[in-house]
Amino acid sequence: MRRTFVLEIVMIAVAVAFLFPVYTLVSLALKDPGQIARSPLAPPDPPTFDNFAGAWSAAALGPSLVNSTVITAASLVALIALGSFAAYFLARVQTRLGYGLYVLFLLGIVLPFQLGMIPLYELVNDLGLIGTHAGMILFYTGIQLPFTVFLYTGFIRALPREYASAAQIDGATHLTAFTRVVFPLLRPITGTVLILNAVFIWNDFFTPLVYLGGSGYETVPVSVFAYVGQYVSQHGLVFAGLVLGALPIVLVFLALQRYVIKGFASGLKG
Amino acid sequence: MTPVTAGRARPAHVRRRRFSAASPSWLFAAPALAVYALIVLYPAVAGVVYAFTDWSGIGRDMSFVGLENFRTLLGDEQAMGSIGNTLLLTVAIVVVQNGVGLLLALGVHAKLRSRALLRVIFFAPVVVSPVMVAFLWKYIYNPDPSAGLNGLLGLEVDWLGDPSIALWSIAGMVVWQNAGYSMVIFLAGLEGVPRELHEAAMIDGAGTGQRFRYVTWPLLAPALTINLMLSTIGGLKLFDQVFAATNGGPGYATETLSTVLYKQAFVFGKFGYSTAVALVLALFVAAVSLVQVYYLRSREVAV
Repeated sequence: MRRTFVLEIVMIAVAVAFLFPVYTLVSLALKDPGQIARSPLAPPDPPTFDNFAGAWSAAALGPSLVNSTVITAASLVALIALGSFAAYFLARVQTRLGYGLYVLFLLGIVLPFQLGMIPLYELVNDLGLIGTHAGMILFYTGIQLPFTVFLYTGFIRALPREYASAAQIDGATHLTAFTRVVFPLLRPITGTVLILNAVFIWNDFFTPLVYLGGSGYETVPVSVFAYVGQYVSQHGLVFAGLVLGALPIVLVFLALQRYVIKGFASGLKG
Repeated sequence: MTPVTAGRARPAHVRRRRFSAASPSWLFAAPALAVYALIVLYPAVAGVVYAFTDWSGIGRDMSFVGLENFRTLLGDEQAMGSIGNTLLLTVAIVVVQNGVGLLLALGVHAKLRSRALLRVIFFAPVVVSPVMVAFLWKYIYNPDPSAGLNGLLGLEVDWLGDPSIALWSIAGMVVWQNAGYSMVIFLAGLEGVPRELHEAAMIDGAGTGQRFRYVTWPLLAPALTINLMLSTIGGLKLFDQVFAATNGGPGYATETLSTVLYKQAFVFGKFGYSTAVALVLALFVAAVSLVQVYYLRSREVAV
């Protein structure tokens, strides 16, 4: 009992130290330039919200929030649909071809995106999709499929075959057995797939920098990057911009955080 | 991998004979395969081809130059330095991130009142964009003795401006952001350790240390494999944090393979050479992952 108490104190102390950057971020966003210069570490006194209004308009966050939301949501739908279907085949088939395909998909986790970056740029350009939402959605679906297929396949392998077999004995096709019986059972891993891909796609910087720069379809990290470059010495404004840019995904995480940790556990066991 | 799967395999085989269509058709995988081939496989193969050309990125004018790009790489001090930086950075990140992640996981696995909240706090930085984390840490690392980390610790260190420590400062911010990711994966592993094994070991008189060494640690092997692989690949490919915090400086002190290949392509217009650097990066990642998978999988045990 006593040892648990000591551990609790230690862990809380670690958490407080861990939160120092977050404290810095929020407190600077709430200070005017004079306060930041005088006492950079002290809490804001009094707090001001002027930085947030300034950052919102200067960083053009409205349009980029829309872009990020459209690209992230559409990519997630495509990833969950394509990934779960493919994984159902890969997890159940017992041929060499099936295993070969699985390994081929796993290769995509290891391959650095940079290797294909330039040929892909040409391809997307030839398709007329540079600087469009569709181009980015196609891109994220392809690039995140290996990880998605990996998570789904592991989970489906651990799932008893009997559910689908029973449905098939009753006359269901593979397609209905999957959509009506198997897919609903995948809910925990779908949660994990959803949040991990959402975090990656929402926060990705390199790709939109290369493929969307100057197109007017910039996502949040690219807008924030350009904005910070402009206001680099005005820390209050910069940090308010960072808070606003990070807020949507942090809120989504806080709403779904139970499923994140649970989903991880089931994904690993699978 | 486990006896359970081995036992399940045989009835499945029997069933397959009874129902001719027990495995779903490959058409289930076809759409995913098509997108994957278009977006990942084809560009990667084309990239390997470009690595042997002198393409400038403008028009389709290019000629094959054999190993020329790789010879240039060997004589390119900045690029060679970036290989060293990338490897050092990766080792530091892998060791510290997983060490911290494991300690955090052991801490929040215990029956603490605050454990739900602690888990959320430690994982939260994972969900924030690495570019934004880099901007935040650029301020925390500022040389002003009254602000940021210096102000907190009473130091006067130029964390990102001093070439001898800048690389480690970058590693620090990456560990802060990603330790929670390792923690969650270790936590998933810890939750899979059967309680009976701990109780049996306790009855046999094993102390906390011994139980960790002989019960928990071997059973954490799958979590360790995944953690080491993900952090190694992440470390080798590191771009966002360096680009936003130091852009490779001071001098070339924090240049990584990813920042070098970005600059070669988009600043200097040497697309062929840039792709050659990317190919070297790909070979590093592939070699390290293969070794890890074979070595680490071999020491995983079945429950």
